[in-house]
Amino acid sequence: MRKTKSIALGIALAVGTFTATGAMAATTLENVKEKGHLQCGVTSGLPGFSQPDEKGNWTGIDVDTCRAVAAAIFGDASAVEFTPLTAKERFTALQSGEIDMLSRNTTWTLTRDASLGLNFAGVNYYDGQGFLINKDIGVDDATQLDGATICIQAGTTTELNLSDYFRAKGMEFKPIVFDTSEQTVQGFAAGRCDVLTSDRSQLAALRSKLSDPNSAKILPNTISKEPLGPVVRQGDDQWFNIVKWVLSVQINAEELGVTSANADDMLKSDNPNIQRLLGTDGDMGAKLGLPDDFGHKVVKLVGNYGEMYDRNVGPDTPLGLDRGINALWTEGGIMYAPPVR
Amino acid sequence: MKKQTIDTRPAGPKPWYDPRVRSLFFQAIAIALVFWGGWVLVDNTLSNMQSRGISTGFGFLNETAGFGIIMNLVPYDATMSYGRTFWVGLTNTLLVSAMGVVAATILGFIIGVARLSSNWLVAKMALVYIEVIRNIPLLLQIFFWYFAVLSNLPSPRQSVDVGGAMFLNNRGLYLPEPMTQEGFGIVWGGILLAIAAVVGVRVWAKKRQLATGQIFPTFKVGVAILVFVPVISYLVAGRPLDWELPALRGFNFGGGITIIPELAALWIALSLYTASFIAEIVRSGILSVSKGQTEASKALGLPNGLTLRLVVIPQAMRVIIPPLTSQYLNLVKNSSLATAIGYPDLVAVFMGTTLNQTGQAVEVVAITMAVYLTISLLISLFMNIYNRAVAIKER
Repeated sequence: MRKTKSIALGIALAVGTFTATGAMAATTLENVKEKGHLQCGVTSGLPGFSQPDEKGNWTGIDVDTCRAVAAAIFGDASAVEFTPLTAKERFTALQSGEIDMLSRNTTWTLTRDASLGLNFAGVNYYDGQGFLINKDIGVDDATQLDGATICIQAGTTTELNLSDYFRAKGMEFKPIVFDTSEQTVQGFAAGRCDVLTSDRSQLAALRSKLSDPNSAKILPNTISKEPLGPVVRQGDDQWFNIVKWVLSVQINAEELGVTSANADDMLKSDNPNIQRLLGTDGDMGAKLGLPDDFGHKVVKLVGNYGEMYDRNVGPDTPLGLDRGINALWTEGGIMYAPPVR
Repeated sequence: MKKQTIDTRPAGPKPWYDPRVRSLFFQAIAIALVFWGGWVLVDNTLSNMQSRGISTGFGFLNETAGFGIIMNLVPYDATMSYGRTFWVGLTNTLLVSAMGVVAATILGFIIGVARLSSNWLVAKMALVYIEVIRNIPLLLQIFFWYFAVLSNLPSPRQSVDVGGAMFLNNRGLYLPEPMTQEGFGIVWGGILLAIAAVVGVRVWAKKRQLATGQIFPTFKVGVAILVFVPVISYLVAGRPLDWELPALRGFNFGGGITIIPELAALWIALSLYTASFIAEIVRSGILSVSKGQTEASKALGLPNGLTLRLVVIPQAMRVIIPPLTSQYLNLVKNSSLATAIGYPDLVAVFMGTTLNQTGQAVEVVAITMAVYLTISLLISLFMNIYNRAVAIKER
């Protein structure tokens, strides 16, 4: 798969010029409208972020981020097709144009932003790297992990953070690198490694996949910053703005108390912030190349950021993650969106 | 009077009617087109990548890699460069390939001969082995050896202990590591001396056999020399060798040599799988030698072993080697399945992590493909040289 994708990128880049002039003229938005759906890259299965259920419907916070963009463009949150990708395949799929946007719990870093020809369009989850460990080992803190064997998924920032952390602490470790998160859990369950490391949100999800989730625990340490968010190709600023502002609208909607349940009633609100958000005043949509009521569609069909969070990863879901730093800035978190005006 | 020579041959055709000139002309055009096509592809790729803001070039090979690799034959740590990760991956690929080629060849020859055995049970067991192993996809076999066997091994604290020197657990097989001390040069000298002596004995024995017809037990004498000379030099030098024993430290065993389960699983799976194909190749080779050859050799009074060694195998090799080369190539290429179980081979390390951290897919994939091509061509080259050496020589 990975090999095919990389080779496909090579061919696409090599043959590209013949059609480049034509392709450059059509923007991503025009292409998406012409196709009639948004093509969105997601994980191949990570509870709470993107996972298909038994009927094949995708759910998760990353999935909802895609659905919100589809709702903004088409007024239809189901006009999305999902491409499951491994960590190693994701950027190639976006660079080669196989997908329109990538929403696959991807960490925003300088190297990725600057050298891959990609742009990060915001943050839909603030995460950090942690450790999942077998309870029998009797370790309570990451500083006791000297000499441990650690399972990791290939192609992630996790590999680099882990190495940095152990080097800074003067400790040693043995990395076992697997291709997919399923294999990583399998390796951990089979006892190949003492510790599994990943983003903390994922650890909760992966732990729930173990045959006996109580046999393992998550260590209290967070060793890195992992701002996760949607990614688009560089060079199409209109598309970049659309993805960025759809997410901002969701965060602003929560701040203004607009939910999917009251979105219709709020159309009659005399709060100018809500009027601009829902498109009853001003031409915010037109500036982005979208219908003026795109904000209303996004909130009504997908919900505001808080709804999206609670539905997929919040305390009432199997993952049971508290809002923590992902709460709004007005409530002690760092979720903050620029104003719609 | 000077004689005027007149060329009475008909004048040659005009150049554009000359078939040789024409074919040269069209071949030149074809080559030019191929090169132009290649240049257009490369040029387009570069300019497209630039217009999309994707970094190009091979400068990334000098950047710090910053990630760990579990097994390295060349010195490596996270502060070294991406270029070094290439060598780590390449040596790991070469190691498992070489181990696989040796094991698959030995096993394949044994099973191939067993398949032709007159013993019913042995022949049928070889048949069942071949048909089962070669008809199950290799990737499944690798997973089987990895997960099925791994999950049945004990954790480090309950390791299987062999005499306090070797330990087996689900982190691998831990062996004592020989540490050479001062004066070990004498032992190396002894080993070299022994090898030279064996070669000398062999040459002398052959000469004597040609002259007198007497057979000298070269094999037994050779083994004796190879064992005793190094042992004596070891004792003379005052036993300049220490063994570092693996010991449980915290989570895992430290010290000694570790064979990680990923390597073992991949090696076993590759060897067993390829051996089943080699067995059939060996069988076809042996069956290609006509029965008359065996009968003639028996009529001369040669025992079974010598008949096989001197008459059947040399003739069978001519049939065996070309398809055997293909199996070696397959084995090397199949070793890239390592990435599925986390063995750090070239594809997993370089085309996996390095590609992903740098994002330079085109360069990394190109390098990796070039490496596999080079390895395969080298194997082909050596096997062709060997084939020419054993091919039938008209005398």
